[in-house]
Amino acid sequence: MTPQEPISLNVNRSVMPFREKLWHISWSFVVLLCLLGAIGVATLYSAANGHLEPWATRHFTRFLVALAVMLAVAMVDVRVWMRYAYVAYAITLVLLVAVEIRGSIGMGAQRWIDLGFIQLQPSEMMKIALVMALARYFHGSTLEEVGHPTYLILPAALVLLPAVLVLKQPDLGTAMMLLMSSAALFFLAGVRLWKFGIIGAAGLSAIPVAWRFLKDYQRNRVLTFMNPETDPLGAGYHILQSKIALGSGGILGKGFMQGTQSHLNFLPEKQTDFIFTMLAEELGMVGGVTLIALYALVIIYGYAMAMRSRNHFGRLTGMGITTTFFLYVFINIAMVMGLIPVVGVPLPLISYGGTAMLTLMFGFGLLLSVYVHRDIQIGRRGAYGNI
Amino acid sequence: MNTDIDRGKLFGRRVVVVGAMKAALMSTLIGRLYFLQVVEADRYRMLSEKNRISTRLLPPARGMIVDRFGVPMAVNTQNFQLLVVSEQMNDLDNTLDALSNIIPLTDHDRQRIHRDIERHRSFVPVTVRENLSWEDMARIQVNAPDLPGVIIEEGLTRNYPLKELGAHILGYVSSVTEADLNGDPLLESPGFRIGKAGIERIHDLALRGKSGNVWSEVNSVGRVMQEIKREDGQAGAEVKLTLDIRLQQFAATRLGEESAAAVVVDIHSGEVVLMASTPSFDPNAFAKGLTSSEWHDLISNPRSPLTNKVIAGQYAPGSTFKMMVALAAQESGAMTPEQRVFCSGSLALGNMRFHCWKKGGHGSVDMVQAHMHSCDVYFYEVARRTGIDRIAEMARRFGLGTRTGLELPGERTGLMPDREWKRATLHDSWHPGETLVAGIGQGFMLATPLQLAVMTARIANGEFKVMPRLTKALIVDGPQSKEANAVAVSPLTPLGVAKNHLEVVRQGMYSVSNVQGGTAYAARLDFNGMMLCGKTGSAQVRRISVRERETGVKKNDDLPWEQRDNALFVAFAPSDKPRYAIAVVVEHGGSGAKAAAPIGRDIMREVLRLDPTRDPSMTQTSETDVTGDGG
Repeated sequence: MTPQEPISLNVNRSVMPFREKLWHISWSFVVLLCLLGAIGVATLYSAANGHLEPWATRHFTRFLVALAVMLAVAMVDVRVWMRYAYVAYAITLVLLVAVEIRGSIGMGAQRWIDLGFIQLQPSEMMKIALVMALARYFHGSTLEEVGHPTYLILPAALVLLPAVLVLKQPDLGTAMMLLMSSAALFFLAGVRLWKFGIIGAAGLSAIPVAWRFLKDYQRNRVLTFMNPETDPLGAGYHILQSKIALGSGGILGKGFMQGTQSHLNFLPEKQTDFIFTMLAEELGMVGGVTLIALYALVIIYGYAMAMRSRNHFGRLTGMGITTTFFLYVFINIAMVMGLIPVVGVPLPLISYGGTAMLTLMFGFGLLLSVYVHRDIQIGRRGAYGNI
Repeated sequence: MNTDIDRGKLFGRRVVVVGAMKAALMSTLIGRLYFLQVVEADRYRMLSEKNRISTRLLPPARGMIVDRFGVPMAVNTQNFQLLVVSEQMNDLDNTLDALSNIIPLTDHDRQRIHRDIERHRSFVPVTVRENLSWEDMARIQVNAPDLPGVIIEEGLTRNYPLKELGAHILGYVSSVTEADLNGDPLLESPGFRIGKAGIERIHDLALRGKSGNVWSEVNSVGRVMQEIKREDGQAGAEVKLTLDIRLQQFAATRLGEESAAAVVVDIHSGEVVLMASTPSFDPNAFAKGLTSSEWHDLISNPRSPLTNKVIAGQYAPGSTFKMMVALAAQESGAMTPEQRVFCSGSLALGNMRFHCWKKGGHGSVDMVQAHMHSCDVYFYEVARRTGIDRIAEMARRFGLGTRTGLELPGERTGLMPDREWKRATLHDSWHPGETLVAGIGQGFMLATPLQLAVMTARIANGEFKVMPRLTKALIVDGPQSKEANAVAVSPLTPLGVAKNHLEVVRQGMYSVSNVQGGTAYAARLDFNGMMLCGKTGSAQVRRISVRERETGVKKNDDLPWEQRDNALFVAFAPSDKPRYAIAVVVEHGGSGAKAAAPIGRDIMREVLRLDPTRDPSMTQTSETDVTGDGG
């Protein structure tokens, strides 16, 4: 899968020359991402009824910026990322609290911090920062340590703190993604299965309590998910119209730019959350399966790159990033097909929207950094020496 | 380090587990995609079509109503409407301000426009004003660049160019009410009108035509993106009536201010060539909308302009009924035409005394003379000998007491009383005196002018029970040519009255109009040698008190209008070769001889004068030839 690499002569070398790092980047992976970005541009072109404005051009430039960010992140030594993992987590958590406080003071339900050129969404950033912090934590742990329940209190707190804050925003989709990607990391770190069973049981019993804390619109989303056809003009409208669009596409689709449901505006949010529906309406099952296959390829690349790393932080980070990516893909597509409630998760690299793209590409940068620096070995207490 | 190796092994195993879970979930997505796009594809394709295709009805143009020569009586006129589309305007109030400089808008108008705009989607045009004049339209068109979102649209409204003439027959159209809805989507299209009275109602389905359809692609808010298919409808059929508009015009003028009814029937075909009821009303006023005071004037007018008196006015037939008595008497053998009755001016029955209209009496009269002088005593005696049931049976054969079946809503039955009727409705037995009163067409008896015309037509025809009808043909405008469907006429049933009996009655009617001393001799007709045979009638509408009986009956001229006698006249012409029958009723006109007979004579003269142009063999030729002959 990965290209045949020349055997590195500097197995334990602290510093790699820049050109060698470039050489080590998986360019086939980068090409794969570019392909997905291009599909995004084409789909947004269709969503605007054959116009580059307002979405396609901006999506393209954002992708280029995000691509540059990714490559820059890939160039930074993985040990640097490991060293600053907690710091990154702490800063993100502070930002998350900041938007929460601002929201509660009454500035409206803003979930982002405007930096002028880009709007930072701390909840998005947390998806990466949490992976880094957990990877950092479990990097230094032995199997015995992981076996002690008390050892898990700190990482559990690392997860629950942002998850609760995000849930309060309220952003059910992001909270779900934080919990699920963390669960994957806990599992990979060696936490016993029965502990997941206990947590799962506790979670189920908490549902009635959680129900009381959900906002009305969230409850409606869950209820309409259970039975969307009962209210075709109200809350169930989105799901029903999305299914009609998908189903009417058939095997070969209605043709590029020919999707009647999406172009006649029956389909809501066709440029963001429901873009998969439009793509599958126009390109049919063939197009939909091709896209899913491309996403699967990205995940397989992610696995391969993570597994090639010779340090545990790298492997955990790689797996965490890949899992986050997988969750984006799965939740979005499952949601537009009516398999799970509508929670507002975009389709990676294709949906219009800057923050999710930047988050993902930053994550892929980390993944590439892990891959570029795959042969660096880091001690259990490592990452503090000279880099 | 041992632990690191263990950790690595566990990690490797768990990566496989996590990977397998992801693979399973991804497969679920593909499975779901297969389910939606392959298994359920047809269902969703159908739903998708239903989503995007909107069907709009194209209401057909309503058919015209014309007289027997094709003169339009009900047409559709172009109506220019001023509409505004809110989404094309910068500011509604600014636009309305600009508009009010051209056409005045009241505050009430403005409120309604605002309300309509709020109710509809922003691209739906809202009516500002209907029936724009040419000047207003021109001024709006000139200012069009300054009036964004203002459009003028062409619509059709029903118009009755002859106004009062025939208003009672044509009826009117009006908006569809809840009760009219029957599932036909055409009825639900905005602004659709259906016939609510008269011919408009009876032939509503034919006049309506068939709606067309436009299929358009619409977006989620219902805006039309493009037209996909169009299927034109079928315009409504043209309804050709049997009426002659020239006669309608003449009769309306002749009847003038009277509260009266006149009807002329072809004694062979039953075609109603004239049906006039005065006073009348302008049906166009209904289309525009009446003010409450105008409406109040119409319904409180004692001469009831809204009623078609020809079919809905019920009057005691008076002496015009005497032919029925004579026929019943001959048929039963109670009286031969030659038998005479002495009229002394009154007839006693028990302790009651029944007077003749002529104080001194007529002396000895036979049947023909009794008709000629309209001798009451003669008919008291004949009725007494014949009996009410035989008289009623004869009268029913001539169409009295039942609806004639003319294709107009609102026809009334009149009343032909007999013993059975009185027992059933008044729970009382028939008194002999009532037979006498019935003998001169008074008492319980009621008839509509149309029934009297049909009765006269059957006397003149002699062979068949003539049935009146108003519709000559329904003409459907086909793709190639006009296709006329003459209205099917059901075969007539025989009258079943002996010819010689009828001849006596006709002789009596001839004498009425053509022998000196006949009650209608003053109103006799001689048009190119064509005479008419008539019968007058003056029917009391009030009870005469005992005291009045002693002091002498007041003259009609001394009574208030609503207490005067109804004046009636029936006739057929020409006398030797009958063709038309007429009935005239002038409400509270006084004497039939003075008030009704001259009108009947004048109308009949016009009917005969114009007859050659109406002749079926002549209508084939061009009309100019015909007028030359007739004039």
